[in-house]
Amino acid sequence: MKILKFMAGCVLAAGVAFTAIAAQAAEPIRIGEINSYSRLPAFLDPYKKGWQLALEEVNAAGGIKGRPLEFVDRDDAGKPGNAVTIAEEMVSKEKVTLLAGTFLSHIGLAVTDFAKQNKVFFLAAEPLADAIVWKSGNRYTFRLRPSTTMQAAMLAKEAAKTGAKKWATVAPNYAYGKEAVAAFKKELTKLVPDATFVEEQWPTVFKIDAGPVVRAVEAAKPDGIYNVTFGGDLAQFVREGNLRGTFENRTVVSLLSGEPEYLEPLKGEAPKGWIVTGYPQGAIETPEHKVFFDAYMKKWGEAPKLGSVVGYNVVASLATLLKKADAYDAESLVNAMKGLEVMSPSGKFTFRAQDHQATMGTWVGKTDVKDGAGVMVDWFYADGADYQPSDEDVKSMRPAE
Amino acid sequence: MSFYFAQFLTGLSSASSLFLVACGLSLIFGVSRVVNFAHGSFYMLGAYVAYSLVQYVPGSILGFWGSVIAAALIVALVGVVVEILILKRIYNAPELYQLVATFGVVLVMQDAILLVFGGEDQFGPRAPGLDGVVRIFGEPIPEYDLLLIALGPIVLCGLWLLLNRTRWGVLVRAATLDREMVASLGVNQSWLFTTVFFLGSFLAGLGGALQVPRVSINLLMDLSIIAEAFVVVVIGGMGSIPGAFIAALLIGELNAFGVLVLPQATIVLAFVVMAVVLILRPYGLLGKPETLAHSAGQVELPIRPASTLAKSVAGLLLVGLVIMPFLAGEFAIVLATDVLIFALFAASLHFIMSNGGMVSFGHAAYFGLGAYGAAFVIKYAGGSMEIALLAAPLMAAAGALVFGWFCVRLSGVYMAMLTLAAAQIVWSTAFQWQDLTGGDDGLLGIWPSEWAKSKTAYYYLALVLCGGSILAMRRIIFSPFGYTLRGGRDNPNRTESIGINLRQHQWAGFVMAGMFAGIAGGVYVFSKGSIFPDEAAIPRSVDALVMVLLGGVQTLSGPVVGAGVFRLLEDEISRLDYWRAILGVIIISIVVIAPEGIAGFIRKIAMKAGFEHGEEASS
Amino acid sequence: MSQSVLSVRNLSKSFGGLKAVSDVSFDLVKGELLAMIGPNGAGKTTCFNMLNGQLKADAGQVMLNGESILGFSPRKVWRKGVGRTFQITATYASMTVRENVQMALISHHRRTWDIWRPASGQHVEEAMDLLALVGMKEQAERAAAILAYGDLKRLELAIALAHAPELLLMDEPTAGMAPKERVRLMQLTADIVAERNISVLFTEHDMDVVFAHAHRIMVLNRGELIASGSVDEVRNDARVQEVYLGGGTLFEGQAHG
Ligand SMILES: Nc1ncnc2c1ncn2[C@@H]1O[C@H](COP(=O)(O)OP(=O)(O)O)[C@@H](O)[C@H]1O
Ligand SMILES: [Mg+2]
Repeated sequence: MKILKFMAGCVLAAGVAFTAIAAQAAEPIRIGEINSYSRLPAFLDPYKKGWQLALEEVNAAGGIKGRPLEFVDRDDAGKPGNAVTIAEEMVSKEKVTLLAGTFLSHIGLAVTDFAKQNKVFFLAAEPLADAIVWKSGNRYTFRLRPSTTMQAAMLAKEAAKTGAKKWATVAPNYAYGKEAVAAFKKELTKLVPDATFVEEQWPTVFKIDAGPVVRAVEAAKPDGIYNVTFGGDLAQFVREGNLRGTFENRTVVSLLSGEPEYLEPLKGEAPKGWIVTGYPQGAIETPEHKVFFDAYMKKWGEAPKLGSVVGYNVVASLATLLKKADAYDAESLVNAMKGLEVMSPSGKFTFRAQDHQATMGTWVGKTDVKDGAGVMVDWFYADGADYQPSDEDVKSMRPAE
Repeated sequence: MSFYFAQFLTGLSSASSLFLVACGLSLIFGVSRVVNFAHGSFYMLGAYVAYSLVQYVPGSILGFWGSVIAAALIVALVGVVVEILILKRIYNAPELYQLVATFGVVLVMQDAILLVFGGEDQFGPRAPGLDGVVRIFGEPIPEYDLLLIALGPIVLCGLWLLLNRTRWGVLVRAATLDREMVASLGVNQSWLFTTVFFLGSFLAGLGGALQVPRVSINLLMDLSIIAEAFVVVVIGGMGSIPGAFIAALLIGELNAFGVLVLPQATIVLAFVVMAVVLILRPYGLLGKPETLAHSAGQVELPIRPASTLAKSVAGLLLVGLVIMPFLAGEFAIVLATDVLIFALFAASLHFIMSNGGMVSFGHAAYFGLGAYGAAFVIKYAGGSMEIALLAAPLMAAAGALVFGWFCVRLSGVYMAMLTLAAAQIVWSTAFQWQDLTGGDDGLLGIWPSEWAKSKTAYYYLALVLCGGSILAMRRIIFSPFGYTLRGGRDNPNRTESIGINLRQHQWAGFVMAGMFAGIAGGVYVFSKGSIFPDEAAIPRSVDALVMVLLGGVQTLSGPVVGAGVFRLLEDEISRLDYWRAILGVIIISIVVIAPEGIAGFIRKIAMKAGFEHGEEASS
Repeated sequence: MSQSVLSVRNLSKSFGGLKAVSDVSFDLVKGELLAMIGPNGAGKTTCFNMLNGQLKADAGQVMLNGESILGFSPRKVWRKGVGRTFQITATYASMTVRENVQMALISHHRRTWDIWRPASGQHVEEAMDLLALVGMKEQAERAAAILAYGDLKRLELAIALAHAPELLLMDEPTAGMAPKERVRLMQLTADIVAERNISVLFTEHDMDVVFAHAHRIMVLNRGELIASGSVDEVRNDARVQEVYLGGGTLFEGQAHG
């Protein structure tokens, strides 16, 4: 008897457990996330932590219309060909609803084109290349992070205020560097028509020989320096320049250098008084950011970086989208994404219908050193909506759908 | 004037840094003939270890230098472990096989360093006591640069004394000139190699550690230094330490002044210089002709038409490939297309490398040229996929025609390095010529014609083109032309003395290999829809080498097996965390277990089991 | 006297300060077996290397049937009808014995640019005939890499005969062979020479072989021709006696290469 009872109990328990699981395990919504995790761990580790946190929050709050959100993330090893193969797998084998991710511009572009060809929804998270929404833009691709031109425009606006007229530029010698310099020149001469560019340095990306670069810049005696180098190149450029006093009594504006990913490694040697785009982490007092910051600190035991915000915002955008969309085929998703408003730690932003660029902004301020670490001071949040091209310009740059 | 002098000093300090890395590499190559890809990893490890050690002794001069030396010693020990555990087992493997093992070490080290030291860039403190500038003719020169400038010649002298004034040095020099001789003198070669690895790795670690106050330390250091170090070693002459010093000076100064004159060109300057030096002085500035003939290592068996067993296996494989789309899912088809493409790419390298004895470290150039050739037809000529797929081999063959003319004038590792230089020129052109190639942003929207749009249709197209090309190459290998190349590899002297213009045949072989690689590139670009300079870059060339060597150089089916194993492994394993380390360990294990490559290993087993003809049997 | 096939005048070569060959002149007529002897380092191989174009001569003249061939590349000299065997054998290790000979035949018939028909099916009979001629038919399918040294020498002979040469240069054809085998190989060579009316210039250090087969002998010492003439003339030449018998150790000895 006892045994029978026990068995009945077991069956009952199993049944209850099963229905519970079944209810919970409503078909998840799968998102294919492709990124260069092994190639660029410094940037993509915080990014991954950002989306993991957001994913947890979304699912804890009941998921999307009762369905959990699931990320299928894969490493493309920094190879665009691999990224496309993985995209194929995500779509055909993993049956994902949409694609997201990428950091490097060329990989972003490869997946952008894949999305167009295969009519798959793709949210480009981090790549900066303008082409993703303009020249190579297409119906199925949206981009989250503010583009090269948006960030260059933010800096140009601040640079114009300094009165510097003679400029030197230092940028890595590849598509991103060239685009960043061209955009800055264009935006600055709009505001300061008599600005001149007297020296251009194009160090090889990740292989800067900073001594000669600094010396060449110095020799041109500019009023202002516009820097696009990043990572190890930036570190070397800063150290050589500091050693030689190149930055003294000069205006320096520098793209992305305020992002903790780039600023933190410089420690006490971080430059002072550079005008940068970046992310002043703990200093941001808006309630929505505070909540995010605390949750991130609690989960990961470290402060978020800019990549963390982008990662978080990817999930925020997609969750909002999936809640709004009636159906999850690519066409419905695209239609729902156009003009979608997203609440995020960095504030409210919109995915523009005209070019699929999010108006997510970034923080602009000056660098300084406090307690032996680089920080941003005098910063403000530059809303991406204020740095967009006119609709005519978009039309002329973007291929018709 | 003072400005140029300061620039000159900057060049000198870069030269010293380069020399420190390159001399260890040169030493190792000179004695063991191992093309050590892991040398860059040792350099990176040296930097990370020194950085960590310095954290414990902030600001102390003794602490700083103690850390630098300790880091170099730790790296030296790691080098010795790698030598004893891995390389020692495969010194007798066919030429260049050790390269695959060192490639495995590179993968393992990347993840090991990531795991231990973290992924963030590290920016070390300046060297205590040397953190200011000195004014020379009014120009500020970093003190640490001056120290480096002095250190280069000091290390050079130290090495010179070691090599010329000690018994060990005499043996090392003798081994550099003639390995067999040292062996016949009854010297314990094994011990000699280990000590050379110790010293070489020590120097790599030292080079890395000394960069801590200068550059930011990151996980890309290994690959960014290794190519340049090879350039220096080759310009100087493989195995020549003074040569490496001169070459480092040359490159350091060229970069310092090149950046003033032609800033856009610095990306290839070193490779162009290497190409010019090799064309003028085929063994580098101070190098000696290689004594290493192809005969080193194992003697190869005559090639024979496939046995019945091999034919049945191949037939089964073909049937499998044909019916695969009916059985497998869509993604398997995509992956199989990838494998076909890489099998052709690897086979085209194998064609010149194994059969022709012409090793290419830059075979991606032709893959890339093919891909770009096809892309140009679509983008600029409004052509169709069919025309583009014709243009791909033509463009690649044209490139091979030009570069090949120079390359076939050299042999061995020197030729390999010239092919590398050629590939770097192709890559940097693709990278820099933005108006034509889109630069790093590449060319997009290159998709197949309507009829080949479905994955299955495209798979069959790839099967026909790649499979057909592989079979065609096999046919050529068995033809008089193929035999002529093979003969040229076995014994160039004999070939010339039976009336054959070997160089012409080699040139033609080089062009054919380029053409087939171009077909692979063309098929590739339409399967991905886009093309980027990466496809012509060094990692792609290394992929091809690894696939060929892993599969088995001396086996005709080797490249196909190698490509399949490598591509599928990468695809499967890259789902895991720390997958590079896992892949590295697998590669190293294969190398140690099957020094004749996977296909060679299978053949050996088949022979033992009596399924295949042994050397004495008639076909 | 019939017309000379090969006519060499004042051939010279030095390596740095060392005069390896100085002012060597001689003629070789059709059907003749001419031996070039001399101690180790006398300059014999250097001479051969200049004759077949492998080395650039410093001075001198080499006429083949009245045409100057000095400065020609080895392959051009070969095409003119000069075959050569090497002191250090040069064969294709990764081919079979038959394929080695086939390669020479393929080149002779100018088929090296053929990329389609299998090489191993080309000129099989001709190759087998040549192998039969040198007594290597049974070993035709073995890999050259595993041949005994004497067999390699015979293979080299077959290769050298593939394009039906008028003149054969044989550098130490019997080095490394057992004495019995030496005699057999030279006998074979002599027979072929007679049958095909080929001229042969060969170097050899086994005097039995030389005296038994050479029609004429030249003696080289320190790069200089010190004697030449019939077997008996050379045998009795005082200077030759001095070079050879005075210092018996000067004989090219056990070690070769
Ligand atoms: N490539 C070379 N460089 C320098 N010296 C050489 C070279 N080849 C041969 N010699 C020298 O020339 C001399 C003649 O050599 P060789 O013709 O090989 O003599 P033999 O064949 O009569 O033994 C020897 O002293 C030899 O050392
Ligand atoms: Mg000799």
